[in-house]
Amino acid sequence: MNQNKRLTLETKDSFADRLKTLLFDNKVMIVFALLCYGAFVVSGSQIETVLSEVFTRIARNGFTVLALLIPVFAGMGLNFGIVIGAIAAQIAVFATVYWRFTGFGGMMLAVALATPMAILFGYLVGKLFNKMKGAEMIAGLILGYFADGLYQLLFLVLIGGVIPATDPRFIIDGGMGVKNAIDLTGSLKYTLDRVQIIDLALGLFIIIAVITAGKLILHLRKKRSFEHKDWIIFAVVAVIYGLTYLPAIEKHLFADRVNLIVALPLFLAFVALRNLYHLYRNRKTAMPGFSRTRSIFMIVLAGVVFGLTYVPRLEALIMSVNLPVLPFILIAGLCAFNNGLLNTRLGQNMRTVGQSQTVAAASGIDVDRTRVIAMVLSTVLACWGQLIYLQNIGTFSTYGAHLQIGQFAVAALLVGGASVSKATNKQALIGVTLFHLLFIIAPQAGRELFGDAMVGEYFRVFVSYGVIALSLAMHAWQRKIRKEDPEFPDEVPSKPATALAHKVKEAD
Amino acid sequence: METPYLLSMDNITKEYFGNRVLKNVSLKIKPGEIHALMGENGAGKSTLMNVLFGMPVIHQTGGFEGQVQLEGKVIRIQDPQGAMKYGIGMVHQEFMLIPDFTVTENIKVGREIGRSSILPLMDRVFGRDLDHMEWEKMSTDSRKALDSIGMMNIEEYAKVAGMPIGFQQFVEIAREIDKTGIKLLVFDEPTAVLTESEADRLLEIMRLIASRGIAIIFITHRLDEVMEVADSLTILRDGEFIARKDVVETDLVEIAQLMIGRSVEKLVDDSAEDTRRIDDDRIALELINYRVDMPGEKVRQINVKIREGEIFGFGGLAGQGKIGIHNGIQGLFETEGSVIVHGEKLDLSKRGEALRKDIAFVSEDRRGVGLLLGESIERNIIFSAMQVKNEFLKGRFIDRKKSRQHVEAMIKLLDIRCTGPEQTVGSLSGGNQQKVCLARALTLKPNILMVAEPTRGIDIGAKKLVLEYLRKINLEEGTTIVVISSELAELRSICDRIAIVSEGKISAVLAPDASDADYGLAMSGLSREDVSA
Repeated sequence: MNQNKRLTLETKDSFADRLKTLLFDNKVMIVFALLCYGAFVVSGSQIETVLSEVFTRIARNGFTVLALLIPVFAGMGLNFGIVIGAIAAQIAVFATVYWRFTGFGGMMLAVALATPMAILFGYLVGKLFNKMKGAEMIAGLILGYFADGLYQLLFLVLIGGVIPATDPRFIIDGGMGVKNAIDLTGSLKYTLDRVQIIDLALGLFIIIAVITAGKLILHLRKKRSFEHKDWIIFAVVAVIYGLTYLPAIEKHLFADRVNLIVALPLFLAFVALRNLYHLYRNRKTAMPGFSRTRSIFMIVLAGVVFGLTYVPRLEALIMSVNLPVLPFILIAGLCAFNNGLLNTRLGQNMRTVGQSQTVAAASGIDVDRTRVIAMVLSTVLACWGQLIYLQNIGTFSTYGAHLQIGQFAVAALLVGGASVSKATNKQALIGVTLFHLLFIIAPQAGRELFGDAMVGEYFRVFVSYGVIALSLAMHAWQRKIRKEDPEFPDEVPSKPATALAHKVKEAD
Repeated sequence: METPYLLSMDNITKEYFGNRVLKNVSLKIKPGEIHALMGENGAGKSTLMNVLFGMPVIHQTGGFEGQVQLEGKVIRIQDPQGAMKYGIGMVHQEFMLIPDFTVTENIKVGREIGRSSILPLMDRVFGRDLDHMEWEKMSTDSRKALDSIGMMNIEEYAKVAGMPIGFQQFVEIAREIDKTGIKLLVFDEPTAVLTESEADRLLEIMRLIASRGIAIIFITHRLDEVMEVADSLTILRDGEFIARKDVVETDLVEIAQLMIGRSVEKLVDDSAEDTRRIDDDRIALELINYRVDMPGEKVRQINVKIREGEIFGFGGLAGQGKIGIHNGIQGLFETEGSVIVHGEKLDLSKRGEALRKDIAFVSEDRRGVGLLLGESIERNIIFSAMQVKNEFLKGRFIDRKKSRQHVEAMIKLLDIRCTGPEQTVGSLSGGNQQKVCLARALTLKPNILMVAEPTRGIDIGAKKLVLEYLRKINLEEGTTIVVISSELAELRSICDRIAIVSEGKISAVLAPDASDADYGLAMSGLSREDVSA
């Protein structure tokens, strides 16, 4: 063995090989992108309408799709059980509107009601999944149907039948059961979408102030040292909040929407800075998964895209899209949360459990507990995702709003190139974009091609389920290839202890 | 109480369901000593280690007797984490590594260094769950651990996937070294999966670790490695303590003898006159450069000629490849090389080829491969003959009368204890299941019968009957019989010749009355010549 040369396992493949791998890894995404493009050309839709519709839908559903990531980290596959989180949200929303709470306060009440329910449901689902390890996905799917049954029992029979409820706005004329549709107009509709930037600034300031105060109290009670960093954070936030009082700035902040022409450069700046930071951190030794070329490429790409926004045609197009501020901040926040979680002990434990439960257990990690926490988090996030969805739609079908979200969210994630065992924020966002793009375009394309919008409708349903089936099959296939790969070590002989255990069993 | 020993396990006795697997076994190790723990499969090495690590399998089956002392203090280890706290670590034979993690992540798994969360009070509510991971500190630690075993050329941030097996083993070792206060390391057959140079490197590292005062228990069946690296050794046999020796006082031959050493109990009454005509020119089965890709029982290269009419045995330790031999011929796993039956080459790519050439099998995995557990005894016995030879059929349907007659005769012949031919096989005892397997193989009227682990999990009476019956059909029908067994005693009592398989190759073909030392050496892949050299 060569002592001088350190072992580096970077693959020195040729460019063509790397391109091939890149295309192969993203095959689902590429196929879907081509499909979207084709459908778009055929449909002859206005690009402006399509674009603004896509962004509306990302705001509506992005959060729910991102809620799927944590169970994937923990090796529990795609969580079809998020339906149960959605059910918690719907129960809470019904209670809120029934009691005539409205506006942002009403929404917060719905959150306060839904979250404990989601925690409980998530805990129970997690417990169940621990009893059927390896079959979480099918269990989640069936559990969704089961939960739907209970939900129907609650809404059709118990409410009005057992629980006294008479309000004719919601209750079916006979006095038992909830009406088919619940209108949120004037109560919860747009309560999150319409939050103004200035309120968000205030919110941020209050949160940071409370945290700083907490730190200060701990410091005074000598539980924790108060560092300069803490002051700096508080000062920066305070200054930002102070700036909002300047009339010149203030007048822009009463908006609840931001034009894409503002948001896009912010996003690009974020991408560029992030890659610069990676370059800086990896300047001496390259961590695994870091590629200098890729980082530089991303920075250049961000620059090019920014340049493109000055092309008049594109500029007009981009200017036509307005983004609701809070939903996108929440989506960004969830992305940050997912990433942050991976950098905690809990997140690392989840990854370990996801990779090998045997190793995790042998290293003293409580496998079952970690899995339950992952399910609780996912269910709560899915529940919040459903709240965001409902307030944006503004009316919900009591018995149908939650039904498909499991499948749709999973399909969207898979379209983004994720698999049962690996998923990232990026894949979730790309997936949700492409999936909805097809959803918007397909009916029109169907009408153009076959003279019937329903054909497009059938097509998109077929595609969404097809994507799930295809991805699952391809995942199984890839795993099989990997098993047959000679590079992977042989299965080692079974230990005498196991042989003995068999013997004991047989003798028994 | 002052003691020179770091660890001493005294008079350990352990029963599994009334089956004594350890009887008054003792094990003593001094600090900085490399101590080899030796014995055949089933000698009790693994059980002893399970006791040491407080594995759940021990507690769930009623604990053990005897006491464990660490540095003179009696300790009770309740679980593997407890063992870790006492500074006892293990380098596993099957690697406990996560391929997609980096070396650092693997070394620190479950013991990550964290800094409390940036948000106040979070650690109150969530414990250490939300600690922020300090990867830089962890990399430094990993680097230190890797350097300390001389592994300067493993990058601490490289992924484990794709590393050579040997390197993975070293990462495992680094993980154990990184645990603070490690006093005792158990190496469980560490060299089994390594190449020769990697194994040499490993032994070097073991010496390095021992030189720092860490005691090592080295479980292995490779005698030469023991002689090379160990200071002392303990030999177990059938769950009993046989000897503790210093390596300088002993030699390979003695160790081999002690490991095997048991008088050959005659399991079979062989008073019948041997009228067989065995001839070196008449070969029933010949294997040429034969390889089988069976996971866990890989056959690497076997050349052997089995003569017509003889009983030929394949012995050796578990995982060395003897089980692969018949599974390959049966067509269950990929093979290479030639299998020649009575001068005719077998085309193993065709399923059922061996059966059509009148070779019958009794599988070692009778519940998995051998039997249809939910089916009746009758169906199990006639199944293969029906499939392969179209026997017991009237047109396309089963000839019930003929099949019933045959099965009843078989039940009588082999003394299968059952309520009748209709009883399901799953409800029979192990011994009777084995007889059903045998009955099915015999129904094929084979020319060559391959029997794997004929007596596994069956009681002594049934054992004798099965072995005697094998001998009987060999004598009376002239059937060539190949026995594959982990139990040397049974091979030695019925076979004419025994091939010992080690690391997928035949290390020696021995006569049943060859010395224990010869068998012991063959099992660890050595021969007399190696010893004297």
